Amino acid sequence: MKKILFALLFSFALIGNAASPKPAPLPGDSVLQIDNVFTNQDGRNFKLAERRGKPQLVAMFYTSCKYICPLIIDSGKGIDNSLTPDERKKLSILLVSIDPVRDTPEALMYIVNKRKLDTTRWTLSRTDEKGVRTLAALLGVRYRVLADGEFNHTSALILLDAEGRVVARTETLGSKPDPVFLAAVRKTLAAK
Amino acid sequence: MRRLILLSCLISTASLAGGAYVRVPAGEFQSVLKYEDNKGKQKIAAFDMMKQPVTNAQFLEFVRKHPQWQRGKTPVVFAEQTHYLSHWQAPLVLGAKVKPQQPVTQVSWFAASAYCEAQGARLPTWNEWEYTAAADPKRRDARSDPAWRESILGWYAKPASTPIADVGKSPANIYGIQDLNGLIWEWTEDYSAMLVSADNRNQSDPDKSKFCGASALSMEDKESYAVMMRVAMLSSLEAVNSTSNLGFRCAKSLPRAQKRSP
Repeated sequence: MKKILFALLFSFALIGNAASPKPAPLPGDSVLQIDNVFTNQDGRNFKLAERRGKPQLVAMFYTSCKYICPLIIDSGKGIDNSLTPDERKKLSILLVSIDPVRDTPEALMYIVNKRKLDTTRWTLSRTDEKGVRTLAALLGVRYRVLADGEFNHTSALILLDAEGRVVARTETLGSKPDPVFLAAVRKTLAAK
Repeated sequence: MRRLILLSCLISTASLAGGAYVRVPAGEFQSVLKYEDNKGKQKIAAFDMMKQPVTNAQFLEFVRKHPQWQRGKTPVVFAEQTHYLSHWQAPLVLGAKVKPQQPVTQVSWFAASAYCEAQGARLPTWNEWEYTAAADPKRRDARSDPAWRESILGWYAKPASTPIADVGKSPANIYGIQDLNGLIWEWTEDYSAMLVSADNRNQSDPDKSKFCGASALSMEDKESYAVMMRVAMLSSLEAVNSTSNLGFRCAKSLPRAQKRSP
């Protein structure tokens, strides 16, 4: 009797699985597990888990920043320019603002247009204060709001693999890519 | 009516389980951190702070209700597997060596934040913590008193192997808050905003572009070793870390109208 019950339960479990195929859970060391809601330059909401499946570069910035932040975009472009068209297709780039007050989707779109960013591969996004704090903590980015509304922050370009695990990071910014970091990008893209 | 009584009982046990909060009035004070952008006194809005740090018993209750924060179930990006709650006998058992009324330690910043969030609260900011910890039982700012400084430094002289005392054994400060000094280190919400140590570590590093914006923080008051040690410790941590004497308590912002207390 017990055996029959067991078999029954087992087949139910199978049917249940077939009816709603569930993707395997993200690995424990995946940054994409962050549960906060992000909004892109078009005003569309998304969660980072939706970005699973493709290696990506991630950086935190803010649009009104005059000095380092333009360099962050230069750095992303620098990597892009060093890749073959095939490699480029496999990589996406995510910039997240640390300035939830001023960086509306419109402000993000302004930068997209100004820097002529290809939004099929580049995403500029915002989240709320809590989301900023949590993502910064996950990525090891330190920041502080200054009295004049500017930010003091460490700048890093971080490479995530298709599962959202941190593979490499660089704090050498600019249009000429950090060779060690670039090699890590190439290797990760080749693995996929 | 009976339902109402039942409900109020539930509410009171709920707040007991989470730890009682005390109102800290608004004020101004000089932080030991020298903010490049804000050199004067820091303005602190009134807020509520937990009277005592969160205990093992309270944290056990939390992980029972939120299994994703149980040891072994928490993703490694949110808590280091080898350290997180490692002193408990099992994920849901404190064991003989861990007392329910001791402050919980071995918790990551993510776990501490999640605990507070589940209470509709948050971690205190560094400024709030430092402001509240500057008080003794009679004064809101006792920091210039050598005897007070001495008593705080006494804690650091204790060997690290000394077991952590239960919460609530120290005298309450003027706000009615206990254990800010002399029991454990405590997480703050913006611990990572303390760029101070990163800056110190890189003093010989000519690559200043690591920091965007004004230069990093530096220390104001060289006499406040005790607080400076906290700053150094916190700023050396990553959010995923936990240590055997690092715990936390929660705080709550007040609705806008109540922020300016008399």
